[in-house]
Amino acid sequence: MPPDTPLASPAIGTPWPLRDKVAFAGIGTTRYGNFPDTDSYGLGCEALNAALDDAGLKPSDIDGLIVNRIPSYERFAEMMGINPQYCLLTETPGRFSGVSLALAAQAIATGAAKTIALVYGNNGRSVRMLYGGGDSQWSPWGMTSPGAIHAMMWRRHMHDFGTTHADLGHVSVAFRHHACLNPVAVMHGRPITQEDHAAARPICEPLRLLDYCLINDGAVAWIMTGAERARDMKRPPVLVSGYARQDCFAYGGAPAHDWWYPTLSACRSVYDRAGIGREDIQGLGIYDNFSPTVLFSLEGLGFCGQGESGDFVQDGTLQLGVDGQKGGRWPTNTSGGHLSDSYMQGWGIIAECIRQLRGECGARQIPDARAMQYICATHIAQSIIFRRADA
Amino acid sequence: MSLATRPKPLLDIWNTPFWEACRDHRLVLQRCTATGRCFFPPAPVSPFTGRPEWEWITASGRGELWSWVVFHQGYFGGMKDELPYPVVMVKLDEGPFLLTNIDGMAEEDIAIGRRVSVRFPGGPDGFVLPQFGLEA
Repeated sequence: MPPDTPLASPAIGTPWPLRDKVAFAGIGTTRYGNFPDTDSYGLGCEALNAALDDAGLKPSDIDGLIVNRIPSYERFAEMMGINPQYCLLTETPGRFSGVSLALAAQAIATGAAKTIALVYGNNGRSVRMLYGGGDSQWSPWGMTSPGAIHAMMWRRHMHDFGTTHADLGHVSVAFRHHACLNPVAVMHGRPITQEDHAAARPICEPLRLLDYCLINDGAVAWIMTGAERARDMKRPPVLVSGYARQDCFAYGGAPAHDWWYPTLSACRSVYDRAGIGREDIQGLGIYDNFSPTVLFSLEGLGFCGQGESGDFVQDGTLQLGVDGQKGGRWPTNTSGGHLSDSYMQGWGIIAECIRQLRGECGARQIPDARAMQYICATHIAQSIIFRRADA
Repeated sequence: MSLATRPKPLLDIWNTPFWEACRDHRLVLQRCTATGRCFFPPAPVSPFTGRPEWEWITASGRGELWSWVVFHQGYFGGMKDELPYPVVMVKLDEGPFLLTNIDGMAEEDIAIGRRVSVRFPGGPDGFVLPQFGLEA
């Protein structure tokens, strides 16, 4: 029941003040799976060490730290021997991967820190984290879990636009195909078909098991720094060219009855902010906690008309080519994404965008990837465009 | 099916009048006095003005079934015997959405756009839970 307050959305035609000023200098990811012998601190340290090695840096080179899903920034900094001049812990929902990235960019651009480590660590699988239950305003009616919220939205989408559950299958099958090209993906070697998607166990109808992301233990670390500084570092820098965000908190705790279409549409400003048009982008990273968010994202950002995403994703639009076969125009979540690699709450998807732009993706590499776009459909709608510094 | 073992409402200062009215089989909403529009969940101020200018009204208890889901995965021990169970999203005629259940209607009759009205079939210990059936 949104109030009639207008969206304070970023204006079309206006460049992002931080365009190309901040770069990714290092990326680190752990294995994803069930690791009861460690925890989010242990996993976070492992990912950060991998990112430091990737960037050719030591903990003492880090003067800014943002941690996410690691209980204490203080303890984590102490463990790694980091005494920064900028430090914070961000909120747990996955929308905060993009928010954390923007905060780091702002901190670097304003001189609050020079080189920031962003560390996400999650041991949700080994602690049997259940995303549902507990006390909330809807618990007496048995309504709980992000999956149910998306199921409610998807049912209405099907009713209003004639989309079908099978349309979601094209998303799940494409991302599973990518996981089969990614040797470290959790679902590597386990291909699925449209029939498997349709016949999967119902979790909260209309959604079924293969519409849900994979809860695992794991961690992701990024090292961000100024574009100039990154140029002298070990790895080819990837620039953050544009960032757009529009929040809406007016849904009364109920599913978003508008599929976040207005706020996602506001994020179309990301192209002007980055100075990069949609046609200049080679691949996408879309926050896929549940398969419908991919379609909401594509509609909201204008890849197709509202309600047309089901048709848009037919015929492998989101799928990489294989063995010399031509792939779809918009290879998306090439690591397998949350649905088939692991639910690292956007952190892993952004890491994959960076790796694509560095050309490190082997069998799942997007040919000549020069720019990648990230989209996150939630109450904090966001889109980010990354590009290769030499592109 | 018993509602007695369901999770209890999470009471706060603002929603207590809502739950007390349910006990009397009345569905109440806050109405912004400046705009005449209703809002839910209960809050200290109207979201249309940001001001503490609102009044409780008894709602019509009528609305339209906006969407629905069926839970197969259980999250609440006290609802294990109800699985699989539907949850419906109702757009009240006054504007706000409620997430609720059906009462006195068959699951086969659930469809988007159906007119529904409120019932008060009981609830967890000490509470009465508003649910919806085909419009009376």
